[in-house]
Amino acid sequence: MAARKTTKKSEVSPEEMLSYYRDMLLIRRFEEKAGQLYGMGLIGGFCHLYIGQEAVVVGLEAAAEEGDKRITSYRDHGHMLACGMDPKGVMAELTGREGGYSKGKGGSMHMFSKEKNFYGGHGIVGAQVPLGAGLAFADRYKENGRVTFTYFGDGAANQGQVYESFNMAALWKLPVIFVIENNQYAMGTSQKRSTSTDEIHKRGEPFGIPGEMVDGMDVISVKEAGERAVAHCRKGDGPYILEIKTYRYRGHSMSDPAKYRTREEVQKMREERDPIEQVRAKLLSGKSITEDKLKEIDKEIKEIVNASAEFAKESPEPAVEELWTDIYATEIPQEVN
Amino acid sequence: MARMTMIEAIRDAHTLAMEADDDVVVMGEDVGYFGGVFRCTAGLQKRFGVQRCFDTPISELGIVGTAVGMAAFGLKPVVEIQFADYMYPAYDQIVSEAARLRYRSAGEFTCPMVVRMPTGGGIFGAQTHSQSPEALFTHVAGLKTVVPSNPQDAKGLLLAAINDPDPVIFLEPKRLYNGPFDGHFDRPSQSWGKHPLGEVETGYYETPLGTANIVREGSAATLLAYGTMVHVALAAVEESGVDVEVIDLRTLLPLDLETIAESVSRTGRCIVLHEATLTSGYGAEVTALIQGECFYSLEAPVLRVAGWDTPYPHAQEWDYFPGPERVKRAIATVMEG
Ligand SMILES: Cc1ncc(C[n+]2csc(CCOP(=O)(O)OP(=O)(O)O)c2C)c(N)n1
Ligand SMILES: [Mg+2]
Repeated sequence: MAARKTTKKSEVSPEEMLSYYRDMLLIRRFEEKAGQLYGMGLIGGFCHLYIGQEAVVVGLEAAAEEGDKRITSYRDHGHMLACGMDPKGVMAELTGREGGYSKGKGGSMHMFSKEKNFYGGHGIVGAQVPLGAGLAFADRYKENGRVTFTYFGDGAANQGQVYESFNMAALWKLPVIFVIENNQYAMGTSQKRSTSTDEIHKRGEPFGIPGEMVDGMDVISVKEAGERAVAHCRKGDGPYILEIKTYRYRGHSMSDPAKYRTREEVQKMREERDPIEQVRAKLLSGKSITEDKLKEIDKEIKEIVNASAEFAKESPEPAVEELWTDIYATEIPQEVN
Repeated sequence: MARMTMIEAIRDAHTLAMEADDDVVVMGEDVGYFGGVFRCTAGLQKRFGVQRCFDTPISELGIVGTAVGMAAFGLKPVVEIQFADYMYPAYDQIVSEAARLRYRSAGEFTCPMVVRMPTGGGIFGAQTHSQSPEALFTHVAGLKTVVPSNPQDAKGLLLAAINDPDPVIFLEPKRLYNGPFDGHFDRPSQSWGKHPLGEVETGYYETPLGTANIVREGSAATLLAYGTMVHVALAAVEESGVDVEVIDLRTLLPLDLETIAESVSRTGRCIVLHEATLTSGYGAEVTALIQGECFYSLEAPVLRVAGWDTPYPHAQEWDYFPGPERVKRAIATVMEG
């Protein structure tokens, strides 16, 4: 079974807590800004915000080491910011500009960074899961001790390719952590209307993959679970499943009438379980961190986010010729009429 | 007659089919409780019960596969794949099972199933929400493929498809759901409210599969189009001032070759339009057929105007979309020839 790390929640230092606060706040403010730019018509098409789920990626990034990989779905802005990608490049991809991570080719759902070992945003539900297993295969092949965080949603957990991946990952003992971000809804379909079990992490059992349910609104619980999973994978014991219970506050995408849940349900979550507020309260209950310090951080983040928005507005639109680039290594000429 | 959007017309067809035959069942992601992401099935679950209109998990392969089994038994499943871009996991079931059940059982078992999919671009959906995969279906013996361009046809064709004894792929141009779109993306969007074809017959009627529709008579050349491109074609013809005949194919397979051949033999010139990429696109098939049928009447080579051979772009949608300007250039070229 998974090795348990001895660190207890109480042992987390204020500095560490502060860094989680900062990272989560960056995601929240970035997403709020993206929502605004969308409203202003600067971002078009599909755009899925991560607000409410910040503790998941921030907690798991805290358990990751240099060289570990991550891959996720279309709800990917938080993952990119948490692994250190530049907010400017992310925002400029949202606005479809040359300065975006995919030069405006990918949009909100499709960005990548070799430097940060971020293997993308993927728009097709579940499609990234076997890719994550493949990345882990490559790590095992190279014997480099790295692990891959393969994120997917509760809805994606019903795609057949997820279970093909489970089998292969278990069969070949791949160092992959399957992270189910269970925000309890797949678009307008709640988990109970689409999923045969309310314990998705147990679906690994028949494959021999250990799994656990984690409180995804508490960044420290996520981090500790992440450390258990990472230790398991690094030891060579094969894959591990983390089902992280979380909640998205906003609609599925920007065009979601949200008729499938009550406003009270969302309100209750925000008021009682908000991951950022929880950390904030903890920080202020101690002696070392003052309101002023938090205000300073708020200000710093606001500046980063505003700068990203400015960059995303100012970066030029891609040139027409870009339509035909990056399709093959060597361009195949086509007639343009 | 009643005023309807294409969404309402499709919903009306579902309602009438379900009233007429208890064996008609409607299934897909978010189609029940939520009423479909485009609202095409809104109210059906309430009216006909959860047994007959139900939500599925995000499991495209499983959805279509179970529908094939249901159809083999004798039910008439009407399946919604949320976007045509999500059908690839189901493609195996469509090709290997649905299309061939009749053939390999020597007619003992059949697959009277309809798979509806929103198709095409113009909504800023980028590479995973804009594709036009019709040629992947017309290439498969055993499937019928339909693409309506307006509410009146959408209703009649869908009723005919549901009543058809064979599997029908029903591609709904999502850009046309709420109104016609002629490719002038910078003009205010139109609604079906004022369009003649937003006037839909009430009650049950079928528009037979395999009948094209001459939507504008002309003598100088023939423009063949389907779906959104019908409206682009009409706009381009008006703007060009050339007396071009425009034919809405409506059904790609079976194809109404008689109507096409009669027109092209008369005009001697022909252009085929589609949003889908050019190479091995449906236009290639039509061009070859015309060449065979009308060789001695042709005054110029048959032209194709289609999407570039690239993935559907994010930032550069309107550089990709084959709009009226490109169609007008093609009209000028074919008239010179
Ligand atoms: C193969 C496929 N089917 C359907 C969709 C449409 N779709 C996009 S997101 C989504 C819901 C996914 O829910 P979940 O996995 O829980 O992730 P969440 O959006 O909650 O983060 C659906 C049905 C898609 N993109 N790809
Ligand atoms: Mg979800």
